[in-house]
This record gives sequence, C-alpha cells and structure tokens, in this order.
Amino acid sequence: MKRVVITGAGTINALGNNVPDTLEGMREGRLGIGPLEFPNVDRLQIKIGAQVRDYDEAANFNRQQIALYDRFTQFTLLAAREAIGQAGLTFGGELAARAGVVLGTAAGGMNTWEDNYRAVYEEGKNRVHPFVVPRLMNNAAASHVSMEYNLKGPSFTVSTACASSNHAMGQAFEMIRAGGALAMVTGGSEAMLTFGGIKAWEGLRVMSRDACRPFSGNRNGMVQGEGAGVFVFEEMEHAKARGADILAEVSGFAMTSDAADIVMPSQQGAGRAIAGALKDAGMAPDEIGYINAHGTGTAANDKTECAAVAGAFGAHADQLMISSTKSMHGHCIGGTGAVELLACIMALRDGVIAPTIGYEEPDPECALDVVPNVAREARVTGALSNAFAFGGLNAVLALRAV
Amino acid sequence: MSVSETVKKIIAEQAMLEPEDVTDASTLEDLGLDSLGLVECIFGIEEAFDIEVPFNANEPEKSDFDISSVASIVTAVESLVAAQS
Repeated sequence: MKRVVITGAGTINALGNNVPDTLEGMREGRLGIGPLEFPNVDRLQIKIGAQVRDYDEAANFNRQQIALYDRFTQFTLLAAREAIGQAGLTFGGELAARAGVVLGTAAGGMNTWEDNYRAVYEEGKNRVHPFVVPRLMNNAAASHVSMEYNLKGPSFTVSTACASSNHAMGQAFEMIRAGGALAMVTGGSEAMLTFGGIKAWEGLRVMSRDACRPFSGNRNGMVQGEGAGVFVFEEMEHAKARGADILAEVSGFAMTSDAADIVMPSQQGAGRAIAGALKDAGMAPDEIGYINAHGTGTAANDKTECAAVAGAFGAHADQLMISSTKSMHGHCIGGTGAVELLACIMALRDGVIAPTIGYEEPDPECALDVVPNVAREARVTGALSNAFAFGGLNAVLALRAV
Repeated sequence: MSVSETVKKIIAEQAMLEPEDVTDASTLEDLGLDSLGLVECIFGIEEAFDIEVPFNANEPEKSDFDISSVASIVTAVESLVAAQS
C-alpha cells in the first residue's frame, strides 16, 4: 500500500481568504461569526453566521466565469488555486491521467437555486439564465477544478451533509493508497448562508441565536458558516522524489453508519469511526495528541462526541486535546471537515493547538481538555479530524506528522 | 375548537394516537414522541395558531415554552396566542 501525504492547502472562510490568515485567526482565537448580511435577513429568527465578508467575485473571476460559477464553486476554485500553487504541481501526461478531484458539498449551488426561484416564483419571471443547471449542480466545483488544472483521472462529488468533506478526503486518500492515483485535489465547499438556507435550518430548532459555544455547559446550538478547504493529497514517494514540502501524512480513514436516527447522533457509531481510523492508520491511541472535534455546539452532538472519544481512547482521552474550531469559523456544513483539517495540520506542523472559543462553563458530560478560549503550544505527532453527519454517517481522518 | 382541543389533535397526529388518548397529564415521553416529533408538533402549533413558538431543542428547560406535559403546552400556547394576536 502506498503512503499518502498532503503537499498543498488552500482555503477561504470567515477567518481568512487563505491558509496563513486562517491559521493566524485560529491561533488568535478570532471570532468569525457576526450579523448575517443578505436579503430578507429581517424575516429570520437566526441572524448570525460566519460569512465570508467583503467578498468581491468580480475581483477574482471574469464575467463569463461568474456566469458559470456559483458561490460554492468560486470558493472551491480560490482554495484550489492556493493549494495547487503551494504543491507546485503542473498536471500533464501520466500525472494528469492519474490525478483527479474529489470534493464534498451538502447543498452545492444553493445561491443559484435561491436566486432563480426568487426570479420565477417571487418576481414572476418566465425565463432564467441558460447556465442555471451547470451552475447549481453539486459536481460543478469538482468539474471546474478538473478543467482548470487538467486533472483527467477520477473526479466526483460526495454529498453526506456535514461529513461530506471528510468522506471526500477519505476517498481521495484511499485512491492514492491503493495505487490508482498519484495525486488528488480534495476537500469541500459550502455556501448555504442564504435566506432559504438559514430558514431551513431554523426549522430544526438546533441553531443558536447568539453564539457557538462547543462543549460549554451553556451552549445552545450551532452557528452556520461558509467557505472551502482544498488540499493536494499526493503519493509519498512521488512527493519526495520531486522535493515537495510535505505538510503532513494522511495515515488512516474510517467511515461508519449509525443505522439509527436521521438527526440524533450515536456514541457507538462515532466511536466505531474513531477506533476504525486509528486501526486503519496503524496508530496506537496514545499517538493521538489532538482531535479536531465535530463539536457543533448542540446539546446532542457535543456530549455524544465526548462520550465516543472517551470510549475509544480509554484513559488516554484525558491526555489528549480536543477542540472545535467551529466556534470561530462556524459550521461550514459540507465544507467543514476540509476547513477543520487545517487545524490538524497546524497542530502537527507548527505545534499550535487551535482553541475552542466561546467556552464559558464546564459541562460534566464534556469533561475533556477542550483547549478553552486560548490556543496552546504543544508537540503533537498524531491527530484526528471528526465529522458526524445528519443521517448517522460518520467519517474520521487520521493524520501523522512528518 | 378550543386551544386545548387543537393542541391535543396536533400532538395526537404526531404520536399516531386518537385525540382522546392525549390527556392533560400526558407527557410527550408517555405519548412516545421523540425530538423530531416534538419539533413537528411545534411547527404544527405555529401553523395552526399563526404564532412564533420560542423553542430551542438545545435548552428546552430555558425556554418559556414549557413542554413538561400536554397541559403545560396548552397553557404556553394560550399565553402566546394572547401575546401575539
């Protein structure tokens, strides 16, 4: 089996328009959540979110591109540009044929759906732009990345709600490990901070009106974010042979299904995914120093996740650090695992553990070291990134320092 | 139909029971309603009475909307109807 490393990273999210700004935000414990700004926000009960602010699509793309690129595709392409630029790869010949794109998104071109529904239902128009379908389709982002960078191998989109990115990166990892691909562009993107997107989430009554406080005794729900995280995964010998700067090794992956409830998480399902990722990576529990939690800030997720970690790690659960960066960049839904992988890379490469901000009071059901409020310096050689989706679909990635 | 009758009809529908099986003293647990059934009941109540119910599933105990029994839900709906009409 081949080994898989990360040689490029890119992002855009509420904390920053690139990886350095985002990591600086995580180090500083910066809050990316604020008042939402879009049409009809006055008709929402939930008025906060982690929006990408001051975003000017015309500064990044020309008119023809914008006609084809929904906001989630634009985010993807910006993150991909940074990741592929850092990796320093140019795709041609054999490499192009053995490189592809696997991305996650839950809602795809939500803004395009919304804008065009408004046009036909609210404004009574009888004609929409000819590119509505290619703009809104969930695979638009993956396809545009493949076209932009000449990636001619396997490309597709994974949609598993809040675990989409982790499932996507797991697929990319397994393709390289099995020897089928030399390099994969992978991660995910989400842009569902729209009136309809928030209105839909409001209905479930799991959103906070004031703040995302994962693991804190007074937490009262999740806060949505938006953005993309994109990485270049590469076969290790290929990366070494060309002298690439290796950010971290992707050492293992596991996915499980709760087979139980469409919204309530399961300790057992989450625990099996965590234990499975360790086993797949061939790592002992005590090799893991940091976990980037799913940590949504809901009552249900956080206590279930802590119980799953405690169960999977036994006594070592009290030695490791676990934080939820959703407290800063919000829950980026299908893109969230990709944005959060950056915190794992920062832990492994820079020895900085991103905090869980907004932490105000302990919860006996979340009695782990959640790195409250302030980042911490620590030497960590192994990390996990958890994602647990509605529908009971769990995906956990294991990483190792190089 | 009174507020009480309408609320009981909504809850009964979600619990797949007859309205007369839903009594003032019943708890949602007694009726076999889970968290999704509860949010569907609240949605049904909001639609039936044209009110906004302030309920966050993360901290039900902190909500003014008391869900500890059918009677408490009826009382809460009555006061919301009075306040919001």
